[in-house]
Amino acid sequence: MLFMPGNNPAMLINADVLGADSIILDLEDAVSIDEKDSARILVREALKFLSYKGVETVVRINPLDTEFGIEDLEEMKYLKIDTILLPKADEEEVKLADKLLAGTDKKIMPLIETSIGLERIYETLSASKRVDGVLLGGEDLTCDMGIKRTKEGKEIYYARCRVVAAAKALKISAVDTPFTDTDDYEGLKKDTINAKEIGMTGKAVINPRGIEIVHSIFSPSLDEIEKAKRIMTEYEKAAAKGLGVFSLDGKMVDAPILNRAKKTITTAKVLGLLKEE
Amino acid sequence: MDIIKTGKAGTFESNDIYVVIAPNQGIKIEIESPVMAQFGDRIREVIEETLQTNNVKNIYVKAQDKGALDFTIRARVETALNRAAK
Repeated sequence: MLFMPGNNPAMLINADVLGADSIILDLEDAVSIDEKDSARILVREALKFLSYKGVETVVRINPLDTEFGIEDLEEMKYLKIDTILLPKADEEEVKLADKLLAGTDKKIMPLIETSIGLERIYETLSASKRVDGVLLGGEDLTCDMGIKRTKEGKEIYYARCRVVAAAKALKISAVDTPFTDTDDYEGLKKDTINAKEIGMTGKAVINPRGIEIVHSIFSPSLDEIEKAKRIMTEYEKAAAKGLGVFSLDGKMVDAPILNRAKKTITTAKVLGLLKEE
Repeated sequence: MDIIKTGKAGTFESNDIYVVIAPNQGIKIEIESPVMAQFGDRIREVIEETLQTNNVKNIYVKAQDKGALDFTIRARVETALNRAAK
């Protein structure tokens, strides 16, 4: 997921050609308080004028308890976007956003970036059927907790695990916080590996140059894709015979292995490594 | 919409347009653009359409274009109008 400042026409024009799976047009932190009106109108006109292809289009609105948030949501809800990214989300904010989005098919992605939001995450993510993913905001979270944000990320380990557990419980995507040193590619790589290892399904970036690194880490290898394809082929054969469990290469394939294979195939298709059939 | 004060919007960054508007009798539009010969008429047309949409009949507009597309011109003019009408 690539953050793009909402008040920058040049970036809005090029948003869908940078290789990200999702673009987040940002009306919140990337826009100064004096330009909130300008960014909202620019993003609205851009979404009417431009046709973003092959990317999920997300708008990060301002928090709903500020003077800008509800106006942002009202402006965006009938435009060509997929998802509203809801900052400083908690259960009440998600319910309010859900109500304001009535009559639309827009999804909600809560941004967990406060200590109360983190501790009540399951309730927050369960508060609306529109929620299909969650993003961790490490910068604001550590600020809220009064602790230093480091490149190593030990201070957000608990938060990452908590976000992943809640997302897995609800079978939705868990997207990791951006790595904010845009010149440290090795740091981004390590940070992305850490996120993947604990179960994050994606990562936000604030610089397009980070997209390739994130993709390379989250992409399944060719061997993994081939094995997943074989498992699915054998599964179809077994299912046709009415068998729930089967063996492949001498090992039993049961539901968890099958589910992992399905996820590998889905990820490979999303990343363009496998053609849709 | 009545324009009661000066309003500004946009930047001098590439692909943007900096718009200044002020109260006036009638409509007066001045445009500067590196692509004036090719797109000057279109920029004027988009500005006039935006003024019409917002029912503005008395205004001075100065637009300094840096290669803005139609959506940016519309957005910056609308923002400047909102700011000048407050």
